[in-house]
Amino acid sequence: MRKIRSTAVPIPIENIDTDQIIPARFLKATSREGFGKNLFRDWRYEEDDEARPRIGFPLNDPACKGSILVAGKNFGCGSSREHAAWAIKDYGFQAVVSSFFADIFRNNALNNFLLPVQVSDAFLKHIFSTLEKNPAAELSIDLDAQTLTMAAEGRSEPFDINPYKKTCLINGYDDIDYLLSILPEISAFESKRPIFLQ
Amino acid sequence: MGKTIFEKIWESHVVSTIEGGPSVLYIDRHFIHEVTSPQAFNGLRQRGRPVRRPSQVVATADHNVPTLGQHLPIREELSRRQVEMLVSNSQEFGIDLYGLGHPYQGIVHVIGPELGVTRPGMTIVCGDSHTSTHGAFGSIAFGIGTSEVEMVLATQCLLQTRPRLMRIRVEGSLANGVLAKDVILHIIAVLGAGGATGYFVEYAGSAIRGLSMEGRMTVCNMSIEMGARGGLIAPDETTFAYMKGRPFAPSGEAWDISLAYWQNLSTDPDAHFDQELLIDAASIEPMVTYGTNPGMGTGVTRSIPSLSEIPETEKNHFSKALQYMGLQAGQPLKGQAVDYVFIGSCTNSRIEDLRLVAAFVKGKRKADNVEVWVVPGSKQVEKAAREEGIDAIFEQAGFQLRQPGCSACLGMNEDKIPAGKYCLSTSNRNFEGRQGPNARTLLASPLTAALAAVTGRIDDARDYL
Ligand code: SF4
Repeated sequence: MRKIRSTAVPIPIENIDTDQIIPARFLKATSREGFGKNLFRDWRYEEDDEARPRIGFPLNDPACKGSILVAGKNFGCGSSREHAAWAIKDYGFQAVVSSFFADIFRNNALNNFLLPVQVSDAFLKHIFSTLEKNPAAELSIDLDAQTLTMAAEGRSEPFDINPYKKTCLINGYDDIDYLLSILPEISAFESKRPIFLQ
Repeated sequence: MGKTIFEKIWESHVVSTIEGGPSVLYIDRHFIHEVTSPQAFNGLRQRGRPVRRPSQVVATADHNVPTLGQHLPIREELSRRQVEMLVSNSQEFGIDLYGLGHPYQGIVHVIGPELGVTRPGMTIVCGDSHTSTHGAFGSIAFGIGTSEVEMVLATQCLLQTRPRLMRIRVEGSLANGVLAKDVILHIIAVLGAGGATGYFVEYAGSAIRGLSMEGRMTVCNMSIEMGARGGLIAPDETTFAYMKGRPFAPSGEAWDISLAYWQNLSTDPDAHFDQELLIDAASIEPMVTYGTNPGMGTGVTRSIPSLSEIPETEKNHFSKALQYMGLQAGQPLKGQAVDYVFIGSCTNSRIEDLRLVAAFVKGKRKADNVEVWVVPGSKQVEKAAREEGIDAIFEQAGFQLRQPGCSACLGMNEDKIPAGKYCLSTSNRNFEGRQGPNARTLLASPLTAALAAVTGRIDDARDYL
């Protein structure tokens, strides 16, 4: 996932909450797979009917495809349900671009090797308008250089990522691997816990 | 420079810090429920790991349980499977489970405090964003995702970056009929749905100190609705009085030692916050939301803003929300008819909420066209309500008193609001489809809800007290 170059699916709506990404009634599964088919379920279909895709919703628009989702500000607000990140990933996205991410969503995305790319409001607006004119425009994300570039015109913006998380993404480590590697240190800390915290 | 409560608790829980990266934070209490835990247990099995400290984990079934006929097998297959998995996972990994039928069962954020599992000075997590509720006791409590649930199960630690700190002071006294729920809805309306993202909030000021523990939990509960990582309130005599004698609260010498520590847990006068907000308690009205995020709310005597009052960048969102809600810009809120009233959820389903509703509706009857569901937060709350005769008051009023669970707060079980119907709800989220596909949610306090149940419309509770 060091470099992603792809067309993108734009959803220019702000405050997209986790209930829209994956409605609660689909949280009954006990595995991590299969959530992609219900991604944005209630925006995607008329009256919950898979035979009637809602016209105009980007996931139903054959012109919009690719492994990058571009969404409005404050993406992923609401619940801690990691199912939201699973659904996006399971659908086939590798990165989400927005001008702001909710905290828990950002963590959940990173823990699932889904890259949250935060850009300025102005750049996000530019991406939306470019994609509106030309849905085939490609975006290119370079994790090493931490840049997002509109491939055709070369306009680019850097993005932030925690250096520890970056190493994890590049090497395929996760937090549990790290925490398990320091268990002796955790035990030493634990042995000194005061009674009022036990 | 002095320190905030948050800093004091945080620093005493940091095991180590990765250079340029997050800290390893030790977790004292971990709550789990059926929806966000199965994948974490699968992960443990795949790695061949045990639960490291089962005695620090408490499990309950809440999100997906029916609220009628809980003694019967759950009809819906997937829901049943999830609840059964919680039972088998708890057994396999040695975790205490307060599942269906257990006298301690209930919504995870209701049972933790009422059982005395939640305590000041602790770090507390749960795979649920409203874990912020436990901050009412002066703890660092926040919601986590399922991968993080697995981390805590496996190591009792999490990797976390320290959030920025915000203090919100509410000074003065609240008008009669203005409740904790109105305070937090007001704050969220001021800050907006993303206004506290990246922050951890400390609520302070005389109006906050004047709240009961139940009220404080209501305030902290909704911290996440403005994007905050969590919210907390300094523990004080109200906190200690609430905790004393709870089933898992410390007792004897342990109580004395704990109390001495808790009494010192406060923010130093010269501590630094990255942002401060001051709110005049007297300016807060009973609040009602009209839109599809909890920040879209206003005082009950006001009107929905007109389009011209909305900033350019938010106009689309605003119009889309009103279209979903079937409401008009500029329309007064008072008088809006409702079809359902839901009194429940981890925001407002504690015994104090039920008492307040009962006191208001005693001797009255619900409006004919309104369906009223009261869903207690826990078996303990349900039991107390029955012992106090609250069930009889509800029955006479035509309210349905159901069994504990999350219920219509998120509509995962059968308790869904039908498409297009208006539900005045004491829960915390009015997102599109939250209470069922195309359901329309108006958030308000239990008092405003009780009044709407009786009149069939939104009204100002202050006029009836
Ligand atoms: S009552 Fe609602 S908000 Fe609270 S834990 Fe349950 S689903 Fe979440």
